[in-house]
Amino acid sequence: MDYTLKYLPLVILLVPMFSFLLLAFFGNKLPRKGDFIAVSLLFINLALSLIVFFAFAQTGKYSYTVDWFNLGKGNLNFTAGFVIDELSSIMLIVVNAISAFVHLFSVKYMEGDAKYKKYFSYLGLFTFSMLGLVLTNNVLLMYVFWELVGVSSYLLIGFWYEKPAPQEAAKKAFIVNRVGDVGFFLGIMIIFLTLGTFTFTDIFAGIEAGKLQGGLLTAAGILLFCGAIGKSAQFPLHVWLPDAMEGPTPVSALIHAATMVAAGVYLTARIFVMLSADALTFVTFIGAITAFISATIAITQNDIKKVLAYSTISQLGYMIMAIGVGAMSFGMFHLVTHAFFKACLFLTAGSVIFGMHHVQDIREMGGLRKKMPITYWTFLIATFALCGVPFTSGFLSKDSILAATMAFANINGGITYIIPIIGFSVAGMTAFYMFRLLIIAFLGEPRNKEKYDHCHESPIQMTLPLIILAALSTFVVFSFNPIGADSGWIMQMMKTPESLLTGTKGMIYHIVDRAEYTEMLHHAHYPAMFLSLAIAGLGILLAYVFYHWKKVDVEKLTEKIKPLYNFSLNKWYFDELYDATVISFTMAISRLSAWVDNKIVDGVVNGSATVTRWTSFGSGKFDNVVVDGLVNFTGGLVGFFGLIFRKFQTGKIQTYIMFLVFGIIVLYFMFR
Amino acid sequence: MVQFPILGIGILSWIVFLPVIGMLILIFIPKAYEKTIKYVAMIFPILQIILSVVLLMNYNKDLAGINKLESFQFVEKLSWINIPALIWDGTINIDYLMGIDGISLPMIILTSIIGFVGVLASFSIKRNEKGYYILYLFLVTGMMGTFCALDLFLFFVFWEIMLLPMYFLIGIWGGERREYAAIKFFLYTFFGGIFMLITIIGLYFSSKDPVTGLHTFNMLTLMNPAAIDPNSLLGGVGTNLRYLAFVALFIGFAIKVPIFPFHTWLPDAHVEAPTAISVILAGVLLKMGSYGIMRISYPIFPDAAVWFMYPMAILAMINIIYGALCAMAQKDFKKLIAYSSISHMGYVMLGIASGTAIGFNGAVFQMFNHGTITAVLFLSVGIIYDRAHTRGLYDFGGLANKMPKYFAVIIIAFFASIGLPGLSAFISESFVFLGGFKNETIRVLTIISTLGIILNAAYILWTIQRIFFGTLPEKWNEITDINGRELLSTVPLLLIIIILGIFPSPFINLMTSSVNQLVNIIWHLN
Amino acid sequence: MEIGLHHYLIVSAILFGLGLFALISRRNAILILMGIELILNAANINLVAFSHFGGLGVDGQLITIFVIILAVAEAAIALAIVLNLYNHFSTVNVDEANTMKD
Repeated sequence: MDYTLKYLPLVILLVPMFSFLLLAFFGNKLPRKGDFIAVSLLFINLALSLIVFFAFAQTGKYSYTVDWFNLGKGNLNFTAGFVIDELSSIMLIVVNAISAFVHLFSVKYMEGDAKYKKYFSYLGLFTFSMLGLVLTNNVLLMYVFWELVGVSSYLLIGFWYEKPAPQEAAKKAFIVNRVGDVGFFLGIMIIFLTLGTFTFTDIFAGIEAGKLQGGLLTAAGILLFCGAIGKSAQFPLHVWLPDAMEGPTPVSALIHAATMVAAGVYLTARIFVMLSADALTFVTFIGAITAFISATIAITQNDIKKVLAYSTISQLGYMIMAIGVGAMSFGMFHLVTHAFFKACLFLTAGSVIFGMHHVQDIREMGGLRKKMPITYWTFLIATFALCGVPFTSGFLSKDSILAATMAFANINGGITYIIPIIGFSVAGMTAFYMFRLLIIAFLGEPRNKEKYDHCHESPIQMTLPLIILAALSTFVVFSFNPIGADSGWIMQMMKTPESLLTGTKGMIYHIVDRAEYTEMLHHAHYPAMFLSLAIAGLGILLAYVFYHWKKVDVEKLTEKIKPLYNFSLNKWYFDELYDATVISFTMAISRLSAWVDNKIVDGVVNGSATVTRWTSFGSGKFDNVVVDGLVNFTGGLVGFFGLIFRKFQTGKIQTYIMFLVFGIIVLYFMFR
Repeated sequence: MVQFPILGIGILSWIVFLPVIGMLILIFIPKAYEKTIKYVAMIFPILQIILSVVLLMNYNKDLAGINKLESFQFVEKLSWINIPALIWDGTINIDYLMGIDGISLPMIILTSIIGFVGVLASFSIKRNEKGYYILYLFLVTGMMGTFCALDLFLFFVFWEIMLLPMYFLIGIWGGERREYAAIKFFLYTFFGGIFMLITIIGLYFSSKDPVTGLHTFNMLTLMNPAAIDPNSLLGGVGTNLRYLAFVALFIGFAIKVPIFPFHTWLPDAHVEAPTAISVILAGVLLKMGSYGIMRISYPIFPDAAVWFMYPMAILAMINIIYGALCAMAQKDFKKLIAYSSISHMGYVMLGIASGTAIGFNGAVFQMFNHGTITAVLFLSVGIIYDRAHTRGLYDFGGLANKMPKYFAVIIIAFFASIGLPGLSAFISESFVFLGGFKNETIRVLTIISTLGIILNAAYILWTIQRIFFGTLPEKWNEITDINGRELLSTVPLLLIIIILGIFPSPFINLMTSSVNQLVNIIWHLN
Repeated sequence: MEIGLHHYLIVSAILFGLGLFALISRRNAILILMGIELILNAANINLVAFSHFGGLGVDGQLITIFVIILAVAEAAIALAIVLNLYNHFSTVNVDEANTMKD
């Protein structure tokens, strides 16, 4: 058993890498470009991760660390290692399962694409990075894989890079994520320099020993969480995720719904115990704000994938909020359930897009229920799960979160009541927009007859993953009790650990101990459940009233609240805001620096060269005119006299003799 | 004294002067035998690589070097100039002193690799090849010598000697504005050399070898505080004159690095130089500046080094951010890479300014990594330029589908350049930031510098988008993918980048003890 | 009439004057040479005259013979030069052979 936990995780990690390398280098030589290898490897991996999971369930936590490299003697040790605990073992299954289904789904979906091989190799790269991120026990290594998932996400979002929109989206995703990553990296630096270690267990031990505390601890927590803000598309860095929908739809299901975007939640869950009260407050509010903003945006979107994208952001906000209010296990639980039903939703969306020949606008759809029954039913089940309808997994996890927010508000009072209020209103909005989507797309009459006629149900390779994922979205998978997850295996296994800072008080947040919290949670459970049922029911009802029974004229209503509607439709103008501020500022300053460099810095250099040239010209002139002038003047004077005297120098000997004779005569008369 | 002789001549002399032998052979090959000239010229860098592998195999990584001749390896010490002086007391005594430690070894390996890659990249030169390769080999000698010399005089000789071939290589085989670029490069570096020379002479007259009682140019002796006459010009600790001397020396090195505001020769020189020379320039020449600071400025003036750390960190920060911003605004591919070099050398400077072991490790490692990565990038620019005869970023598009191998090569280099984990530059940049963060005085500057990470990503991704994404313009329908020779020059570098990104420890272990020794000197722990 | 020293000197002076005149006024190199010969011979007459009337023995005659021999040698060299001059410039007019002047 020991060997299982020691080597199997490494095997699991390296299998997708192998798939990536094999396809990248030899894909063209393999039959069918090697897609069957990638798919079967992933299913093998899924089986392996189940083995690891059961091994873990028997033997408990296992962690394995080796020296990666070190800097001289002493404390600068960089280690690499993995840990199998309840978080990572469950995440292994989630990642492998969804990756495997997405691989299978993609075989048909991507069929005939010019870059078929590339697509599967990128999927392998992504799965490798994501598994590494999940497995590692070390915050630096997590950052490493964190960036690698970012790159594979970049490559996959920009997969159809011939078109301009995917290029922009890929670039945007990478850069926005980088912003968060810088914060993450700074957090890592604080931790390393105060605690001298990267492994989570040592970090927590160091914090328990009081080596890192107070403001710096809060800063470290918030900075690490910045990574999550980027990767999990939290406010204010959420803008990249909707655009990332430009990637192929299975990729959106895998990366931008189920796994990668959940990495931020996973990170927050990992560092949950070291988050100080103020950091947790920050986390909570970011989560709540994100959930709210994106839910309001999702209501008005018309692109099927955009609606799902905003709902993903909103649900991620939920998870983050759950961790913030102290219910880490609920957040993780919601991550798991959400992964399955959101993957299902995206893949059904993919199925619709495939069946409709690349139509994404729901206003072009309608009545698809008859044409695509399997897709419709799986979509319905997943939608139920997302809305928190009883007997679904989503009901279990979402209600726990809502109960946790209520418990949280009851403990802290005051302004914190805004958190459950947001939580419940988001639940209502979620139900509303999901059913709006469902009704417009699947029910009613077809709006585009031509498209509708050509529409067809997807083949088995695509529907099979949908059915499995829909099945995984029911309550039985997680708990046999349809109204409470507490007795289910996942909640039994995954308990929220006691925070290292229990009992400390932040500005508006008080970290209470587990027992007290559980007590409050217990009280909040049933009220939360009934309230959420009522609100979700109301949301669904409203959706039917508006869009199915058409009791209310939506057009007129929209006209009435035009500014609000536009505000939501235009995504709260975040993109425009960033374009107008950060981006244009950066571009302007970049152009300015280039100008400064060219004209001023280089200008000084060239200027000094020019000055030197002038000086040398001047000194040359001086030399020519004054110094040389004196010399020439002397010469000139001599020359002048020479000019005179040369008259006598006739070169004729007779003249000289004449002079001689005259001279003698003159001398004769002088000295006579 | 000659350690590790081969045929009676020290291995370092071999590695430095092998190209000179090549030059002599090339002189006697008639101009018309172009192929022979190429292959003969290629032999010598290969021999250098072999010798540097020998160095690596026989290198003892526990010996620190830096300021003690005993702990240097492969030392060669011969009397070079020894004349009785009439004017000042004693004799002028200059040694031919070479040796390597953990700081120079990576640079020597880098130089030999880049030297070889440069020859491969030179195969596209079609004009007066004989002259080209003779100058090229001469250049390699100059670079190697700079990294091996342990005597200030010898160092300076190599430092300046290398300008000459560089001037001609840019000035004759360069692009349109080659004369301007060559003259600018030459005069700028020469200008810096004057500052260096002044300091070197100042050091000479301030020194008094404790053993012989004479003035000396020996770097290692000069690092010994006892060897500086306290009553001399540069005597004492923390005097204004010492600070001034440090700054003068720093300017000399800063021009080479190049550090803002002395950097403007670089974009011009890069843009005009032929591909191979750009590779050499970015891959090795820039490192000579930062190497000089670590090898000479810091150990000889530890007091001034500590005093100057803050300004140096400011300059490093400006380099990082300003370089990235300028790169973002470029329209010429090569110029963009040139500015990104400025930005990346800022990381090196930040590591040096941190004064911590981890920062120094990061700096040396970053020098090496920047050498390999930028070499690939410049090679890639050369590859596209050879085919398209333009470097305008707006002239391209959609090359990813047309040139898939080229795309694979360049995207790895690009991602390495933006510090993607798993590739070597990530480790070095992390070290640099960790080092900068560790030093409390420059912590804030380090945090601001991390903005560079984002900006780097921005312009690199923008470049990828411009050149490789989108649709292929009609005129490039005939363009061909990267060929075997070009793969041979880039793929080994990429392998180094990837391997060092995953297993950096063998490489880092090479320099650790030297770096620790350097830290000890600066902070007076030993 | 006793022929005395004065007569010799007058003849010699006339001869000298003629020689000098020829030397100065002639442009033809040959004529100039002839002028020189006249001057030399004027000097010879003086030498012989002084030797005879001054009681100096045969010293004056001896020197005169030397001078005659020298004059022959001189005439030979000078004529050779004039011949070359003629070959070179196709003239014996000394005014035209003035290339050394400029």
